[in-house]
Amino acid sequence: MYQITCPHCGPRAQTEFTYERTTDSIVDPAAEPQTAMQALYTRANPMGLDDEIWRHTYGCRAWMVLTRHRVTHEIHAVKAIGPEALP
Amino acid sequence: MSGPTRTPSGEETVPFTFDGTTYHARPGDTLAAALLANGVGLVGRSFKYHRPRGIMTAGIEEPNALVTVGKGGRAEPNTRATDLFVYPGMVAMSQNRWPSLSFDVASIFGLAAPALGAGFYYKTFFGPAKHWMRYEGFIRRAAGLGNAPTEPDPDNFSQRAGFCDVLVVGSGPAGLKAALEAAEAGKRVMLVEQDSAPGGSLLRDPDPAIDPAAMVDRIRALGGEVLLRTTASGYWDHNFLTLTQRLAEPGEVPPHGFAQRLWHLRAGRVILATGLIERPVPFANNDHPGVMLSQAVRSYLRRWGVLPGKRVVIATNNDDAYLTAQALVEAGADVVALLDARASGPAAPAGVTVYHDARPSSVTGRKHALRKVTAVIGGSEQSFDVDLIAVSGGFVPVSHLHMQAGGKLNWSEEAQAFVPGETPQACETIGAALAPPPAPAVAPAGKAKKSFVDFQNDVSLADIDLAWQEGYRSVEHLKRYTTLGMATDQGKTSNMVALSRLAEKQGVSVPQAGLTTFRPPFTPVTMGLLAGAGARNAGAHVRRIPLHALHEAHDPIWQPLGYWFRPRAYPVDGETLAEASLREARTVRTVAGLSDVSTLGKFEVSGPDAAALLELVCATTVGKLAVGRGRYTFMLREDGMVQDDGTVWRLAEDRYLLTSSTGGADRMAHFISYVRNSLRPDLKCSVVNVQEHYAGIALAGPKARGILAALIGAEPPRHMGYAPGVLAGVPVHVLAASYSGERAFEIHVEATHADKVWQAIEAATRAEGGAPYGLEAMELLRIEKGHVVVGGEVDGRSTPHDLGLGGMLNKVGGFIGAAGLTRPALSGPNRNNLVGLVSLDGPIPEGGMLIQRAGQSPQGHVTAAARRILEGVPIALALLQGGHRRHGEELIVTSPTRGEKARVRVTAPHFYDPAGERYRD
Repeated sequence: MYQITCPHCGPRAQTEFTYERTTDSIVDPAAEPQTAMQALYTRANPMGLDDEIWRHTYGCRAWMVLTRHRVTHEIHAVKAIGPEALP
Repeated sequence: MSGPTRTPSGEETVPFTFDGTTYHARPGDTLAAALLANGVGLVGRSFKYHRPRGIMTAGIEEPNALVTVGKGGRAEPNTRATDLFVYPGMVAMSQNRWPSLSFDVASIFGLAAPALGAGFYYKTFFGPAKHWMRYEGFIRRAAGLGNAPTEPDPDNFSQRAGFCDVLVVGSGPAGLKAALEAAEAGKRVMLVEQDSAPGGSLLRDPDPAIDPAAMVDRIRALGGEVLLRTTASGYWDHNFLTLTQRLAEPGEVPPHGFAQRLWHLRAGRVILATGLIERPVPFANNDHPGVMLSQAVRSYLRRWGVLPGKRVVIATNNDDAYLTAQALVEAGADVVALLDARASGPAAPAGVTVYHDARPSSVTGRKHALRKVTAVIGGSEQSFDVDLIAVSGGFVPVSHLHMQAGGKLNWSEEAQAFVPGETPQACETIGAALAPPPAPAVAPAGKAKKSFVDFQNDVSLADIDLAWQEGYRSVEHLKRYTTLGMATDQGKTSNMVALSRLAEKQGVSVPQAGLTTFRPPFTPVTMGLLAGAGARNAGAHVRRIPLHALHEAHDPIWQPLGYWFRPRAYPVDGETLAEASLREARTVRTVAGLSDVSTLGKFEVSGPDAAALLELVCATTVGKLAVGRGRYTFMLREDGMVQDDGTVWRLAEDRYLLTSSTGGADRMAHFISYVRNSLRPDLKCSVVNVQEHYAGIALAGPKARGILAALIGAEPPRHMGYAPGVLAGVPVHVLAASYSGERAFEIHVEATHADKVWQAIEAATRAEGGAPYGLEAMELLRIEKGHVVVGGEVDGRSTPHDLGLGGMLNKVGGFIGAAGLTRPALSGPNRNNLVGLVSLDGPIPEGGMLIQRAGQSPQGHVTAAARRILEGVPIALALLQGGHRRHGEELIVTSPTRGEKARVRVTAPHFYDPAGERYRD
């Protein structure tokens, strides 16, 4: 079970979080159908670092992007997203 | 063996029974030690061949001496006698024998042996099915270990979360030293030991310079935690480990409430001081009682004062077994021969004859011990009359946790063993596991057929050879074909012996042959421990709807729904569920009824961009709603399938209320939050989940408008209208929405004031001849009206078009799922479409398949079956291939599982008031 450092709550157990998707599979609602389906059904799935969207669902409910190594499961960075995180 | 092999000590003894006979143990004895002390060498029968088995080891790796311990629901099968500490009154039974341990029919007639070689069950699959049925019965009777108890487990299991800076696994010399050093450096330390005493190898080979008990006291005095009888059973990501702590011995009535505790532990650093497991030696009949690992012999001698044999042969390929010779000589045993497979070795104790280039080839035995050992010495054979052979085939580092942590292994040619290497986690291995003693490869000397490798699953060298001959080359295939390493010991003593045989067959080195993956748990974990308090539902949270107590007073039939319970029906005068729900539905159709809809998902969306967000989430238009108006809506997944439906209301200029289904409420909350935070964080709006803030009461029926008008003192809004109001002195939202098909309202009220509002509506409704109705009546009403339900018709595979909702899609697009809907397959002619079915004869079976004639593949299925509420004709909703253009067709609904059938006519899914005239006042 991972230990994820929530940008708001600090280090917490993975069971408090839910995984959403990789950032490369975000479907832009404004995208053309072809592009949208490409995003929905294909993943880069790198053997290395990948960016994933997670939510601290059973904690503060905030959203974040984890940069996670897909082989070692090491989490290199956590970045808050959402309206509050906008510049 | 004959008679006791332990000198009486005058110590207090612990009585226990084994197969009904009472014996006495000393405090601190394992069952294995106590049985050996009482001259019992035959402990069980093997898995497939019912061969007599004894005690081979002195630890958790024991493959042979498995017993069932405890009584009734507390009985624990397949418990290792070597990992079970005797307590007063312990009841242990041997396994897999009939009629008795010493007289086993299957063994005496050799019934099992010819049929059950490697891959026997795979081979039976190739034959006709009826043969398999016969084999299966035979195999089930012949093969097996202990039986699981049929009664519920009376024990309670505890779970606890833990944190530490340093976790040390294993309390041998290296583990004790590391734990003490860390504690002295001010770290928060946990030291876990699976045994009942600290010391590890020191319990077998004491070192006057190390006092385990004193070191444990010191660690504890420094604030460290030392847990005995605790196994680090799983090593997961980010230094998360599961520990299983025994608070009572298997089968024992727990003295302190809990039988075991499961720790969820997060450790800063993990130090694995897990030591070595000795490797057995393959030779014919090497599974007989009286064949014991060399270090185990030392453990019984020195830790428990038990002499496992009086005349002993030792067989080894390493120096360690010479210590066993020494210990045996000191204890007064006669070491008849020391067979060393190597050309030279260290000095042997005085009086012990060492034979070099010597390997055991077979043994013969008596009931509880050996009779004779035959060895190949140089080129010739020689036999020895003995009752015990102590064997050592080298050592295997315990690298299970290291591998679970993602660690790599390095091959040591000198020790013929895999040694822990690098790991990606904050984890290191120390001590003996890093430095197994040199032990060269030795070719087995005995007949392969009876030279056992995996004792617990009865896999011999011949089985490995057969698998090889039949083409199973990879170690993974070998494992599955022979079941090697798949028993409860997970191959702790067998893996390396088997691997070297496979490597030899392939003509490659052992690391080239490969190694199967070690997975948690390290030793078996009882299911109750994983369930913890959840086994008695203590961990499940129950949410109560605000009106729960009011409903309870009516003594309804409850139905679990999401996290809640909702009334399914309110029977009166001994009505059945069917009678009550039909009466309630008729009341709604003819008078009025009220129902609790508090669990509906509810979201308040406000701000200047509220409509923009809702037009992403909802597949219908939203922005065009006037203030005080609402509409039916549905939400799609990105692939175009309907995921939920509900209603959306414009409460004020920049404030909306969105409702969704009960079961999908959490999913919708997550989905809306994703859209808002991840896709459109730029929108100026806020989303508040008000699901439990408001209680909801539906009031439906021809008299609903009149009842509500009197209660709020105003004309209620027209269909799909919204108005705030005051009811029984409480502010309410009145939404004129109908699920039943009647003129109806949802009254939403702050949960804390819901009682008063319900009571007022109920009194007024009853005064008009109405009544409360439950979920079952609601189901009858909505089926007749043809409204879809999430989880029924909305099954994750239906598009809006499939459900007849295509016309309501937002023509402008821009909603989530719009792109997915453009996929060509979603507009194909043979998709499953929502239709109605009217029976031409009897009731329509729920879940039944739709066919044109018998023997045909199904063309659809019934999603919900009911009857016309007033007329009684059986009707149903169904998803049917190309259903939209098949209205009028006659079909058969068949449910082979229920043995029911009905002839039906396909219709539009709206049976009741299709034009919606009853909504109008």
